[in-house]
Amino acid sequence: MAFKVSSAVTGDVVSLTLAGELDATSAPTFKTEIDKAVGQTPHSLVVQVKDLTFMASAGLRVLIYAKQKLGSRVALYVVAPQETILSTLRMTGFDKSVYIVDQWPPMETDARRPA
Amino acid sequence: MDARIDYYPTHEDNGFRFRRGRPLPFGATMVPNGVNFSVFSSAATACTLVLFRKGDAKPMVEIPFPEEFRVGSVYSMIVFDLDYDRLEYGYRVDGPWDPDHGYRFDRRKILGDPYAKTVGGRDGWRSPPHWDDIYPHRARLVFEDFDWEDDYPLEIPIEDLVIYEMHVRGFTQHPSSRVKHRGTYAGIREKIPHLKALGVNCIELMPIFEFDEWENARQHPETGEWLVNYWGYSTLGFFAPKAGFAATGRLGMQVDELKNLVKELHRNGIEVILDVVFNHTNEGDHRGPTLSFRGLDNKTYYMLTPEGYYFNFSGCGNTLNCNHPVVRNLVLDCLRYWASEYHVDGFRFDLAAILGRDQNGTPLPNPPLLESLAYDPVLAKAKLIAEAWDAGGLYQVGSFPAYGRWAEWNGKYRDALRRFLKGDLGMVGEMAARIQGSPDLYPYRGPTASVNFVTCHDGFTLYDLVAYNDKHNEANGEHNQDGANDNDSWNHGAEGETDDPDINRLRRRQIKNALTLLLLSQGVPMLLMGDEIGRTQGGNNNAYCHDNDITWVDWTLLEKNAELFRYVREVVAFRHAHPVLRRRAPFTHTDVVGSAYPDISFHGTQPWTPDWDGTSRVLAWMLCGKHARVPDDSIYVVANAYWEALPFTPPAPPPGAWWHVFANTSMAPPEDVHEVGKEPRITDSAITVGPRSVMVLVAR
Repeated sequence: MAFKVSSAVTGDVVSLTLAGELDATSAPTFKTEIDKAVGQTPHSLVVQVKDLTFMASAGLRVLIYAKQKLGSRVALYVVAPQETILSTLRMTGFDKSVYIVDQWPPMETDARRPA
Repeated sequence: MDARIDYYPTHEDNGFRFRRGRPLPFGATMVPNGVNFSVFSSAATACTLVLFRKGDAKPMVEIPFPEEFRVGSVYSMIVFDLDYDRLEYGYRVDGPWDPDHGYRFDRRKILGDPYAKTVGGRDGWRSPPHWDDIYPHRARLVFEDFDWEDDYPLEIPIEDLVIYEMHVRGFTQHPSSRVKHRGTYAGIREKIPHLKALGVNCIELMPIFEFDEWENARQHPETGEWLVNYWGYSTLGFFAPKAGFAATGRLGMQVDELKNLVKELHRNGIEVILDVVFNHTNEGDHRGPTLSFRGLDNKTYYMLTPEGYYFNFSGCGNTLNCNHPVVRNLVLDCLRYWASEYHVDGFRFDLAAILGRDQNGTPLPNPPLLESLAYDPVLAKAKLIAEAWDAGGLYQVGSFPAYGRWAEWNGKYRDALRRFLKGDLGMVGEMAARIQGSPDLYPYRGPTASVNFVTCHDGFTLYDLVAYNDKHNEANGEHNQDGANDNDSWNHGAEGETDDPDINRLRRRQIKNALTLLLLSQGVPMLLMGDEIGRTQGGNNNAYCHDNDITWVDWTLLEKNAELFRYVREVVAFRHAHPVLRRRAPFTHTDVVGSAYPDISFHGTQPWTPDWDGTSRVLAWMLCGKHARVPDDSIYVVANAYWEALPFTPPAPPPGAWWHVFANTSMAPPEDVHEVGKEPRITDSAITVGPRSVMVLVAR
């Protein structure tokens, strides 16, 4: 499925919603959106990935890029990853750098910053 | 950065824009808007950069290096606007084809970069190769953007390590491992609780530099089973982690997965040592494929005979020319990269004696490579461990050029312990040296130079050591001709599996004896993956080619041999609890602290009367706790390798202290071992040590 990304701003929260396959072909599109989002100096960046079905190294690189651009004071949320993508995020250790939550806004008990 | 003039292209070819590059660092390096490619060849007449879009059969462009881009013998250029994620690159190199004089240039071949950070072609373990690919092992770029947070190498003093040697795939590939991603870096991560429970604080990974599991693959002539290069002692990419060991390898995230494993291990107090193979490459001898070094600069990278053939000190066809200054720098750059970029804690060098040979193969008194490694600023805290022999007959255990830094796999420790345990005569004197950290071999370097082991990947597992007299390598397809014949093993009355309870009991005891002596010896103990649960290879002592039940850890043994696991765990904990077992300096055999005991004393059935006679099979020693680097309990160990029980009178414990029984391998569990601090006190002045048993007392 083709990659799609859309963005929305609510107060100081920027939300990006991804769908389809995030690979080397589609990663530049995602990166452009990340750059725009960072330019708005948000308090939180929320990446909705419920409908993202595949993520290759290039996609992970953009997420890492986003985290690095935002710095440690801005929270990056990855919302509702599918099992394979969640698994990838865990194996590569990216789950340690971001908040992975089941829904946005997160439940009180859901905002886990993995140990 | 974008405004800097030196990052603008000056040339164009087929729509690709480029400019003169920087000769250093070698390899492909991301620079603003482009990639700097740099490659060395001392004798090439021309060089061409070949770029592929990932996975394409044909290159997207071939850009000859303009002559003015060459500096010395280095070709470099920056190519702009490349898609890093989908790029694969290689080189064509022109030069003479003159094998008699060592030149093997062949511009028909596309060559891999010696500095490639990842190498494609084996993205999934045993995935079917594309045999007709014009460039099967393609160099790729990596991003070095991993979030390490505050991680850095643990720098645990080497004498405090308990090393656990493992094969990445073999550790969790068996279905019984119950991990989500079997046979991978991620799988090891899931098994960290097992390592913690066992108490090891360092894992030594068998080769994880990219290799080709299909190299010399063949089918067993009778069973038809595929025999592959499972161990991986044949490097394809010195800077590249093995993608087939990563669950995410097919997605190109093996670098992240491995780094994440290292980070998680560090968080759990476990170091990572890599088993590195710099003695040869996978290009084989003159009949082998031309993949990289051979076509780039054969004479520089390999040791050649005067006739242009390959010296074979590695037993694997060729020998890397490690003391050539260029190759030496490659090795240094490689290890620095793994230490700094992957936070690796140390290295074990396969057939390290080769690293001390000159370019003609003659052993050097002061080998530049070994000296450079010992004094390298980046590697200053990394553990350096030599397998101090090679396949060319150079055996340097005790004499490896160490510069105060290198430790060695102590092959003599292994041999002595095995012989002593099976009751060979004349072993008591040598064992006394081995348990002290081999002062006969390391009189000045001290016990930390000695990595002690009784088993390693090469040879029998510990269970097989006590269950087989002979090797059983039929499954290797060479009619049991391969593998070592001298194993110092003993089956205790039946060859292989038996239902004789006496034999099985004795075998279990011997395993405990071996591990107790190993973990109570001065020096650095190393365990082999699975020995703590009685792993068997069915008597195979050369399982390099098996990717099956022979080599995979069967985790059901953890339940079946829970008794053994508990025993080993407690002995490891005992070692960690007692600094008197982990000296840095050799023993003085005198009382330098005024405790009324020397630091180490030897005893026999009667205290202070050791039996050094050639017919003796008994060794007893006491370590005085006041001589430890921090005050510790005193420890008394009796090893009775005789087949009858013997009475022993331990030396008097220090004033105010009593002897307590920590371990007694002749007892059935749970009396075979006790938790540290909960050892029962003994009231008799004499003890009975069972036949072929080890007993450990602690005074407090």
